[in-house]
Amino acid sequence: MVHARPDAGNTDEGNTDGGHDRESPGSCKRVLEPAEIRRVVTRIAHEILERTHGADDIVLLGIPTRGVPLAQRLAGRTAEFEGRLVPWGSLDVTMYRDDLRLRPARALGRTELPPDGIDGKTVVIVDDVLYSGRTVRAALDALTDLGRPRSVQLAVLVDRGHRELPIRADYVGKNLPTSQREMVRVHLAETDGEDAVLLGEWKGELA
Amino acid sequence: MNRHLISAADLSRDDALLILDTAEELARMSDRPIKKLPTLRGRTVVNLFFEDSTRTRISFEAAAKRLSADVINFSAKGSSVAKGESLKDTALTLEAMGADAVVIRHVASGAPHRLAGWIRGHVINAGDGMHEHPTQALLDAFTIRRRLGLQPGAGDTGPGGRTRRSASRTAGRGGGRTGPARPGGLDGVRVAIVGDVLHSRVARSNIALLNILGAEVTLVAPPTLLPIAVDGWSCEVGYDLDAVLPKTDVIMMLRVQQERMIAAFFPSVREYSRRYGLDAGRMAMLPEHAIVMHPGPMNRGVEIAAEVADSPRSTIVEQVANGVSIRMAVLYLLLSGAELTAESRRPGR
Repeated sequence: MVHARPDAGNTDEGNTDGGHDRESPGSCKRVLEPAEIRRVVTRIAHEILERTHGADDIVLLGIPTRGVPLAQRLAGRTAEFEGRLVPWGSLDVTMYRDDLRLRPARALGRTELPPDGIDGKTVVIVDDVLYSGRTVRAALDALTDLGRPRSVQLAVLVDRGHRELPIRADYVGKNLPTSQREMVRVHLAETDGEDAVLLGEWKGELA
Repeated sequence: MNRHLISAADLSRDDALLILDTAEELARMSDRPIKKLPTLRGRTVVNLFFEDSTRTRISFEAAAKRLSADVINFSAKGSSVAKGESLKDTALTLEAMGADAVVIRHVASGAPHRLAGWIRGHVINAGDGMHEHPTQALLDAFTIRRRLGLQPGAGDTGPGGRTRRSASRTAGRGGGRTGPARPGGLDGVRVAIVGDVLHSRVARSNIALLNILGAEVTLVAPPTLLPIAVDGWSCEVGYDLDAVLPKTDVIMMLRVQQERMIAAFFPSVREYSRRYGLDAGRMAMLPEHAIVMHPGPMNRGVEIAAEVADSPRSTIVEQVANGVSIRMAVLYLLLSGAELTAESRRPGR
């Protein structure tokens, strides 16, 4: 996933995979290695358990594409630590985005809630990169149409700054100071064959 | 995707699969407490119907409303068309009202194509004369895919026990990325289209789309109800329904369109029904997994027996429900994207 803008202001974190394979590797700096990603996910899982006192009534919802495997990993960690699996699912926000008119229509991801739903639960939204905050805003709207959680929290692997909305994450894997000319790419084994967080110069338009 | 949806033949395989996959996600929404998405807020969709229709018009209306678009229904009866207004003047009126999309049904083949040259909005063909009805073909393909368990990721949630024909399926969920051969087609599925092919826009659109998706199509009809140019179509033609039935995964019964028949095409309704109608006896000759489809409205007792129409193998009610999902997908993919560029703004594309 490409996380950068050619000009500030109108695009978003971009949950489409457009342009993902167009960048030539090599010009990117690896910011997080697989082992670090593993430790970061473990730490976030611990933080969620700590802050929610054992993760009762927690639902982890990943935003496609790469938030979903992250949510699944977090659920797996909590199962290791507490002996029971926290319900997890996916939350597609495409239809709720505010930039639909700015780019060609895109394919939808899947929304799949755990069987017990989200009413009265604490929902933790999980995404790979927090940037402008617009994806999270869309996710909050999407949640409203699915039910009424008791509270909503946000967990991200990377926070790269440059927020355009009053949104902050409750759990951050790594704060990554970036310029808007840069792009942050997250690779996960489930979707990309390897775990890595890459930082590189912006080259070219999003597909 | 093209700017308009006028003919199923204009779709590429990727376009068609994008529509089907989008509809797949949208169909899941019908179980939700709030069946509405904000995606097309502020957009206006005009239903321009010059010919009678219940399910198609209601289906488009429901689809547009679930995406939060404003819907204006226009039917020729009781409008200025009854006073002699031309299609072009009607179109310009809609244009002036700021219609972002016009869903048109017209008795004349080619009317949507003409309309697309006059207005800036997107034109969606909801049936033009004996030409095409692309959203019907899409919803039929969608229904086949679901019933035969061929949609990508069907193994995750779909009911098991059916023959799987697709060679490759996407691994995992969401499946945003696609390889060269996008899965989810209808490759190798044997479809028989039976009955009044000559007058049927549904048949024309279905043959085009089924070919695009890799299915094998056989037409079965009395010679008088086949178009003269049928030799040029990429499908088999048969005249003996009983011979075709055992080799069929999907049988699509067409309505005998008496309102379009200006001459006698067969000796009597009874004879037609005996040779080309689907009754329980014939249904038993189909393979066990085969499904029975009908675009509606049905003439029970003519092309399809009531016991067949009401059997669990019939998908007729499902087709209506799937129609809303398909039309939502089409409206979403045509309307939600980037504003028109100078190139796409050129009329007539």
